[in-house]
Amino acid sequence: MPERLRHLLSIEPLSAAQINFVLDEAKPFQEFQRYPLKKLATLRGKSVALAFFEASTRTRISFATAAARLGADTINLQAESSSLKKGESLLDTARTLDAMKPDCIVMRHSSSGACQFVAQHLDIPVINAGDGSHEHPTQALLDALTLRDRLGTLDKLRITILGDILHSRVARSNLHLLGKFGCCFTLCGPAMWLPREFETMGLPVRLTSRVDQALEGADAVIVLRVQEERLHEPALPLNEYILLYQLTPERLRRAKPGALVLHPGPMIRGLEIDPAVADGPQSCVLEQVTNGLAVRMALLFMLLGAGSEAEPGKGSKHVAD
Amino acid sequence: MLRIKNGRVMDPASGMDARRDIWLDGDRIVKVAPQGGGESERAAGESLDASGLIVAPGFVDLHCHLREPGIENSETIETGTRAAARGGFTAVCPMPNTRPVNDSASVTRGILERAAVVASTRVWPIGAASAGSRGESLAEIAAMQQAGIVAVSDDGKPIATARLMRQVMDYCRSLDLPVIDHCEDASLFAGNSMREGRQSVRLGLAGMPAATESIAVARDIQVAELTGCRFHVAHLSARTSLECVRAAKKRGLRVSCEVTPHHFTLTDEDVAYDTHFKMNPPLGSAEDRAALVEGLGDGTVDAIATDHAPHEPASKEVEFDRAPFGVTGFETALALALELVHSGKLPLMRMVELFTTGPARVLGRDRRIAEGQPADLTLFSTEHAWTFRAAESASKSRNTPFDGRAFRGAPMATIVAGRVVYRRNA
Repeated sequence: MPERLRHLLSIEPLSAAQINFVLDEAKPFQEFQRYPLKKLATLRGKSVALAFFEASTRTRISFATAAARLGADTINLQAESSSLKKGESLLDTARTLDAMKPDCIVMRHSSSGACQFVAQHLDIPVINAGDGSHEHPTQALLDALTLRDRLGTLDKLRITILGDILHSRVARSNLHLLGKFGCCFTLCGPAMWLPREFETMGLPVRLTSRVDQALEGADAVIVLRVQEERLHEPALPLNEYILLYQLTPERLRRAKPGALVLHPGPMIRGLEIDPAVADGPQSCVLEQVTNGLAVRMALLFMLLGAGSEAEPGKGSKHVAD
Repeated sequence: MLRIKNGRVMDPASGMDARRDIWLDGDRIVKVAPQGGGESERAAGESLDASGLIVAPGFVDLHCHLREPGIENSETIETGTRAAARGGFTAVCPMPNTRPVNDSASVTRGILERAAVVASTRVWPIGAASAGSRGESLAEIAAMQQAGIVAVSDDGKPIATARLMRQVMDYCRSLDLPVIDHCEDASLFAGNSMREGRQSVRLGLAGMPAATESIAVARDIQVAELTGCRFHVAHLSARTSLECVRAAKKRGLRVSCEVTPHHFTLTDEDVAYDTHFKMNPPLGSAEDRAALVEGLGDGTVDAIATDHAPHEPASKEVEFDRAPFGVTGFETALALALELVHSGKLPLMRMVELFTTGPARVLGRDRRIAEGQPADLTLFSTEHAWTFRAAESASKSRNTPFDGRAFRGAPMATIVAGRVVYRRNA
């Protein structure tokens, strides 16, 4: 059994064995989402604090649902209503939340490294639900689960990531995760969002600003969201982005037949992705959402529940309760 | 009368590197003589045994922040200069970004009057170049000069336009005052947290390229050439900036620069969300660091300056991108420079020069060990083993990246105007 996780702050330091362990733990929870009665007692009496210092709908709901289906309570803190607006420091807010005695904090923050910073000061597990442009570990785990299900393996895949790589925590977490399985990457996007430094991080990464080249032979394409606020920064006209980088059915034909299309959402049809691709047979978008629940249930179970002592694959006995 | 005996006297101005005894009387050096000499004539008075120590001219720090007036929760003239004395400094130059900004003679006088009462070291204030350091109109520079400033700078708020810089330099040339600039192109800086590079990309922190600094260095050098003013680059951090300075010196321009210990010791690879590694300019690449070390050795760099920038602890206990820029530096500067000496990258005499005659020359001052000179001396060991503990610092603040670092070599005694203001227990 791989080294037990204490927090989930980033994918980078994890081993392939630890990642496989999480994905294996998630398998029974995938099944579980199809059950008519979606409630377990596994984490009854436990509480999960959801501290979202940055606006989020899908990730927050996914964690809240995952906690609820495991029987845990949730404590919600949203940036809009938080005392941060009143000038309280993040550390004081986190300590206050900690004093409510949750068993775990799920945290999103617009500052890279904020989750690590909080984890250094608290004794309970911290799950990073996205920190600035740094990492979004559960997104990479759910993407990996989706790829492994559909392609049967994560080993040595050819992955293309398309969009604003520079500011994307999804791209970073996916690079770190899939890189541990020998995948090779093509990163593609407008040059100002495609820093050369990605080639120097010890991963097999190729950069190109030409989408046709980028898609050639890909097993899967991860399409990133184009954040409107980022468009103002290098002042790239939206239509230029669409012209050069929108994933269209025609462009997708450059990839391997049946290549998968993933998107972390929220997806803007007609911008980064053509609706025909978003709704097409190669799209995994909704599967990703369901797999997100399974991965997050598995993580909460591992960090909070008896799962911390369980053998790989033994999580299913709890699911059967 | 105080006799400093048995020390190895190193005086970059004269090139002296020899065993000498030094006699101090009042605030002056009255005699420098071979050991044992002159005992009969000057037997009276105390003595300080400098056996095994280097005796150097008093160290000068061209760049620090004492935070007084107005930001005394981070530092005061009293605590800051006490930390400076512990670092071997005998004179420090506080930047004007206090509250209020030191942009008038009354603020300058206030600083000097306070220093006269509480300071362990000499305090040589730097005045603002523009009123309020707002970058709009000139500050009352001549009045501040009469009150005691030694240079002007809008440190922390770089002079944005070449036009204002030209006015400042024209005026300061007429006053024979050096102009110091925190060289930074504001549009490339954009409030970002660290140097752009592999590590900024890995950490997902918005980075600024080296050109943020070197573009402004190049501009300022050209304005200096245009005006004939003495120009000094504060905390130079990039190889590209250093090349600009090197070329300017080759052309005979009156251009100088300083480098901080953190920039010649650390690189951007050392940054990992610890806000004690966040300063502006940010830590550069390994290539930059190597270039700075080379520049320290070959004379392109004129001074080692600390940019001692204390911040009260709570202000640094925040998200990396929200933390203020700056680290403390007085107490670790010499020991960090000695690391370069021990690794063979910097001759000891050259290091002494970078702390003494080098910075003094930037200010148009003399700094030497000779009869009649001010009795400012720094005694240090190149071997003393110790570990720096931020918690034990004399500064009010703790924001250092060097907490817990083991060092070889330390300041052992600091003498200002004939008075021993700091003495380390061996």
